[in-house]
Amino acid sequence: MFSTAVLLANTPDQLLPARELMAFTLASHILLVPFGVALPFITLLMHHRGLRRNDPVALLLARRWSAVMAVQFAIGIITGTVLSFEFGLLWPGMMGRWGDVFGLGFGVEAWAFFLEAVLIAIYLYGWRRLKPWTHFWLAVPLPPAALMGAFGIIAANSWMNTPQGFSLDARGRPIDVDVRQAIFTPIFGPEYWHFVVAMLLTAAYVVAGVYAVGWLRGRRDRYHRLGFTVPFTVAAILTPVQFMLGDSAARAVFHKQPIKFAATEIVWKTDTHVPEYMFGRLNSDGTISGGLKIPQLDSILAGFKPSTQVTGLTSVPAADRPTAVQATIAHWAFDIMVTIGSLLILLALWYAWSWWRHRDNPRGRWFYRCAAISGVACLVTVECGWITTEVGRQPWIVYHRMRVSEAVTSTDASGIWTMLGIVMAVYVLVFGAFLAVVLKMRTRWRIADEGSAAARAELPPEDDTPYGPRSEPEPAAAAVAPDGGSGHTSGGAS
Amino acid sequence: MAEFIAWVLVLAIAAYACAGGTDYGAGFWDLLAGGAERGKRPRWLIDHAMAPVWEVNNVWLVFVLVIMWTGFPTMFQAVFSALWLPLALAAVGLVLRGAGFALRKPTRRLARRRIYGAMFAVSSLVTPFFLGAVLGGIASGRVKVGTTAAADAWANGTSVLAGLLAIAATAFLGAVFLCSDALRFGAHDLVDYFRVRALIAFGAVVVLALIALPVTRDDARYVWDGLTGGLGLLLIILAAVCGLATVLLLLRRSHGWTRYTSVASVALTVGAWGCAQRPYALPTSLTVAEAAGAAHTLRWLMIVTAIAIVLVGPALVLLYRLDTMGELEELTDADTGAVRAAGDDL
Repeated sequence: MFSTAVLLANTPDQLLPARELMAFTLASHILLVPFGVALPFITLLMHHRGLRRNDPVALLLARRWSAVMAVQFAIGIITGTVLSFEFGLLWPGMMGRWGDVFGLGFGVEAWAFFLEAVLIAIYLYGWRRLKPWTHFWLAVPLPPAALMGAFGIIAANSWMNTPQGFSLDARGRPIDVDVRQAIFTPIFGPEYWHFVVAMLLTAAYVVAGVYAVGWLRGRRDRYHRLGFTVPFTVAAILTPVQFMLGDSAARAVFHKQPIKFAATEIVWKTDTHVPEYMFGRLNSDGTISGGLKIPQLDSILAGFKPSTQVTGLTSVPAADRPTAVQATIAHWAFDIMVTIGSLLILLALWYAWSWWRHRDNPRGRWFYRCAAISGVACLVTVECGWITTEVGRQPWIVYHRMRVSEAVTSTDASGIWTMLGIVMAVYVLVFGAFLAVVLKMRTRWRIADEGSAAARAELPPEDDTPYGPRSEPEPAAAAVAPDGGSGHTSGGAS
Repeated sequence: MAEFIAWVLVLAIAAYACAGGTDYGAGFWDLLAGGAERGKRPRWLIDHAMAPVWEVNNVWLVFVLVIMWTGFPTMFQAVFSALWLPLALAAVGLVLRGAGFALRKPTRRLARRRIYGAMFAVSSLVTPFFLGAVLGGIASGRVKVGTTAAADAWANGTSVLAGLLAIAATAFLGAVFLCSDALRFGAHDLVDYFRVRALIAFGAVVVLALIALPVTRDDARYVWDGLTGGLGLLLIILAAVCGLATVLLLLRRSHGWTRYTSVASVALTVGAWGCAQRPYALPTSLTVAEAAGAAHTLRWLMIVTAIAIVLVGPALVLLYRLDTMGELEELTDADTGAVRAAGDDL
């Protein structure tokens, strides 16, 4: 009780809105990240197939995916830029003190991202005029650039989890910065690979899920088959890999951030033979309500034998560890992530078994139903993974070095609440509009595929787009927009 | 070393002012293009000119921020604490602008495209204003380490004028580029349309600069002195020469070099501001050397920058080259096989 009062007294008013704002913008941005990192890779796979086998269906898929990529990448750039503003607007204390220690990761990321933006522009706008293979090869550096960008971001985040590469002077300010140590921190490797595979996996399941829905609705043509099989195969191969990586990441947390591990597993007292709780709620007196208790399992998972000692939350003062609520949040996020991951393994095995036995995709509707929701489930795991790592680190923004409350801006709380309101409204609009645009594109493509070829033939190919090819003189050049609101300027459109 | 990184920062700001500024300018003219009918042709041109490059142009800003917090963390903290509101508003403007532009393209209904277009155009005005105001606030010496967020830091003569100058400069750049683009895309009626606007925008820049001279004389004395003497003055004169050259070329309708001269004038102005502020990161309270982060980090920042220039440079050149040669074209419905759906206006 006393410690709670102390915590409250030390908490500036603006901390809550600053946290909420950061959480909201990150939670939104992270939904786009899988596509920024992995959609180019999946599209290039399809593109390559289309070019090598001279397969128009594969090429059509690649083109359509890149049309989606264009909108998605734009929204991702915008939300990403907002994040870099927010580092300064919300956490000036952290950037001011530690910017030169861990900022270089962002430097790498910024350049990689720059390269990605350049390459993606060339790829998206190169379809029509560049030679097919030149166009393809110019895009090949895209996936490595995306991996490089992820490298920078994860380097910065893993530094916040396991900070090193500096020493402190008498005033507690960092000196003797060693950049290499600050980038390659202990948690970096496990976190990086876990993240990269998660991004690939998620993008692949989401794309495959779209075509699984089409299959369920009776569209069983080659187009849907290909659109499903290529990304789903990528995802199915990566799912078990991800399970191993996740396990090693959890063990790295056990060794390097024992309190975070205790929070995600809601371990109260340091002990051996610690049971594993599936879900359940940690109360502030250390008891656990609900949940499924499996004796000894937590110790076994952490160190492969029941006698493994697991550090508990109470090994540090209450002010230095997540609260019971925060621990419960991290625990639930972690358990949801693991549960979904395990279910996805079953799905991947189902797929593998079917290919092994029948050389074909499974035929049952249930398989496609599961595949259809796997994408959404993956997005949930991405959110959960991020919540686990961020909430589990509380109350530290830099683990054991700086509290979130020390990093927060001194700006008035009401200003940040207002900003949060504005940003939420804007983001809801932007993401809603983004979704609407993508769904609209899908509808238009579907109608086209469903054989309204006659209807399409009536329209000259360029005329039903608002923006035709640029290098040809605009047909309406002479007649400056004489038509009404619903018409189109291009000659012969109607 | 810190000095060198500070120049890299000034260069990145100059690059953003030129690349991003051109896009803001395009948005400015989008705003003033008139109703859906009257503005159709200019907007068509603006869309085509911006589409392949605007994302790249936007990333310069991220790079500016990263150099700031990695190279000069104290300064970053001070700036973001003192100038909270204009920076927050600029960030909101960036979201609306990018989303407006990105979503307008694939949208088919006129009413929705109007909304996205308005979003894009209005924030093209708001964002550079606040970013300019931030630079003005810094130049006026109102931002010190420990300054808390207050309106005074950015709601003052210098800041407002810097914000207005930023808008005028982007409008100038935008119009000059659109002039060349109109020529390149064969839209000859638009060449004169944007030529006139480029000249008007240049006039606005000159008028604002003349107003700024007396207003900022006492308000931002250190930078004012730097800009009216020594190397700063030399760069300003060069910038003015480039600006005048642009105007002459525009008047003579020789558009071949106008893009380079207009970019040079803006970049030189940013450079002059960098010169005028020396040796301060925050005029008269924090020098570049004091603001600098750890030496080891700065060295690595330089290495990363050098590697990045080697990697990104050729790609960037390729992009701009392909773009100006007209090799970059958006996918159309013909390529993705889409059909017109009920309710589409276009």
